[in-house]
Amino acid sequence: MAIFIDNDTKLVVQGITGRDGSFHTREMMAYGTNVVAGVTPGKGGQTFEGPNGKAVPIFNAMDEAVAATGANASVIYVPPAFAAGAILEAADSGVSFVVAITEGVPVLDMARAHAFAKDKGVRVLGPNCPGLISPGKSKVGILPGKIVTEGPIGLVSRSGTLTYEAVFQLTGAGLGQTTCVGIGGDPLIGTNFIDCLAAFEADPDTTGVVMIGEIGGTDEQEAAEYVSAHMTKPVVGFIAGRTAPPGRQMGHAGAIISGASGTAEDKIKAFEENGISVAQRPADLVGLIQDALA
Amino acid sequence: MDIHEYQAKERFRAAGIPVPPGEIATTPEQAESIAAQYGGMVVVKAQVHSGGRGKAGGVKLAKDASEAKEHAAAILGMDIKGLTVEKVLVTPAEDIDTEAYVGILVDRKKQAATFMVSAEGGVDIEAVAAETPELIRKLTVDPRYGILPHQAFWLANFLYEDPALIKQASKIIGQLYTSFIESGSSMAEINPLITTPAGEVKAIDAKMSIDESELFRRPEVEAMRDTSSEPASETKAREAGLSYVKLDGDVGCCVNGAGLAMATMDLVKYYGGEPANFLDIGGSSNPDKVVAALEIITSDPNVKSILFNIFGGITRCDDVANGIVEATRRIDIKPPIVIRLTGTNEEKALEILHEAGFSAYTSMDEVVEKAVQLAQGN
Repeated sequence: MAIFIDNDTKLVVQGITGRDGSFHTREMMAYGTNVVAGVTPGKGGQTFEGPNGKAVPIFNAMDEAVAATGANASVIYVPPAFAAGAILEAADSGVSFVVAITEGVPVLDMARAHAFAKDKGVRVLGPNCPGLISPGKSKVGILPGKIVTEGPIGLVSRSGTLTYEAVFQLTGAGLGQTTCVGIGGDPLIGTNFIDCLAAFEADPDTTGVVMIGEIGGTDEQEAAEYVSAHMTKPVVGFIAGRTAPPGRQMGHAGAIISGASGTAEDKIKAFEENGISVAQRPADLVGLIQDALA
Repeated sequence: MDIHEYQAKERFRAAGIPVPPGEIATTPEQAESIAAQYGGMVVVKAQVHSGGRGKAGGVKLAKDASEAKEHAAAILGMDIKGLTVEKVLVTPAEDIDTEAYVGILVDRKKQAATFMVSAEGGVDIEAVAAETPELIRKLTVDPRYGILPHQAFWLANFLYEDPALIKQASKIIGQLYTSFIESGSSMAEINPLITTPAGEVKAIDAKMSIDESELFRRPEVEAMRDTSSEPASETKAREAGLSYVKLDGDVGCCVNGAGLAMATMDLVKYYGGEPANFLDIGGSSNPDKVVAALEIITSDPNVKSILFNIFGGITRCDDVANGIVEATRRIDIKPPIVIRLTGTNEEKALEILHEAGFSAYTSMDEVVEKAVQLAQGN
């Protein structure tokens, strides 16, 4: 098993003809993801040529794509100005899971999009996230397929390349993964740590979880309380940004210490108080999860 | 992006909020002539992107134009939390009966804009929230409806008892919401919102932060950016499409991805060094960006070693390698460079680097430890 995506995921790519959309659609198809349709307004009726001679039909709108293919998930690679609109359209089309890769979506646009998706009962991952991958089954987003391998560890992170680093270390030590999820670096994200932790707790194949947080907000603190109150599986963690100065945005729009809130120290303390061992370095995650599972 | 008080007041005025007049001076003489034009008492206020201006001596009451000139002379050029004051706002002094607080910001947990109001104005609202939360009333606004009239009234009702004041404050709360949304703001604050003996409600201070992601569609707000308050290297980085924050250490860091960049800085510290900067070259791996990144890092005289930590996903390692080689041809780089590259097109990248005489590591710990040693002269 895995969380959120597996062999039954039938994916629509919104923005399939763009530079990023077309590149990553090929990567996803090469990995084995079942990409059933693409959407680019004005290019309906055309065909997207994937790897190994596979072709994907392109539609003008999400509802047409879902009606024609029975798709149940979508991934969004459209530019920031149109990304929130693409989420609204996807949430209204019948898919149950929407992954928004786009970085730089206006936060107030996302407030509306999240409220709408919640009303429709649709799960949004992101925006400003690398997506997720269930090794051997499906990948949605931009995570490199080469660095993952099948196994019992669930991984959830706010970052992109730091996720790769952690997965790379786990895989190198022979620790495979059920699903690796990047929840995104924005202030308003659709799926948070607790959603992923609950899904990993319910997934029979996941035996332990690696949680990677960073400065900004209090999502990690709430997740830590959730772990001690509701989880039976061990969780280990890492927090990036111990050296980040207050009041400065560190790349991610959500990675900012405002006033006294959102510091790495606060988060590390919350992890430790709730039984989550914290790695000093990404490389130490391997030993911590091995100990926790022993 | 933070904007100055006088700029936030312009946004507020445009939304109809009653804000006293004010003009900007960059010299004591200008301050004097603005004060003379208003007549009577004025306030001279430092315009810097920092809180605590009053405590730092950057806000002064002047009884007449010549005192305004004296105060402006003292405040202009003053250093407030590392920022030099280059402008002062000169504004007529108001008679104050009461001071309240009205603010709105994006609440991450509620995933929507949230108002905070308190009758305890003119003070640090975070301290009020921490010590006496019962003195604050909060309301999360449904982004689909905006603030509704009865909600604005409910907030205003927490501030005043006089129906005439409640009516004015309700209107101001609605106008603040409009200004917040139309400015693409992440935070907007009136502190204090005053009442006068004549029974008027007015905003005499204004603060606003703008969501950087809004600026592409709000050129009039982008035009308010004041680059004089940031290091030139940060301006250059933004123009080159790089995320860069200057720090005080001596190990220059060039990384792809914000989370990995922070983790790399932390690892520099772990091995006993101090990072000179945060720098995320982003996902696309245009060699020109790498050149710009190296120019920015080497323009910092504190930098004693430079480390690259690249985990290729979308970023192609060979592009980064080409950028490094290209940069060493174009600019004279004195500090030693150590490189870690892994992921997409790693082999090609290593070939390019070896031909140019660089060696590369594949482990993040090795490269960071090496960079720290080099910075320490080992």
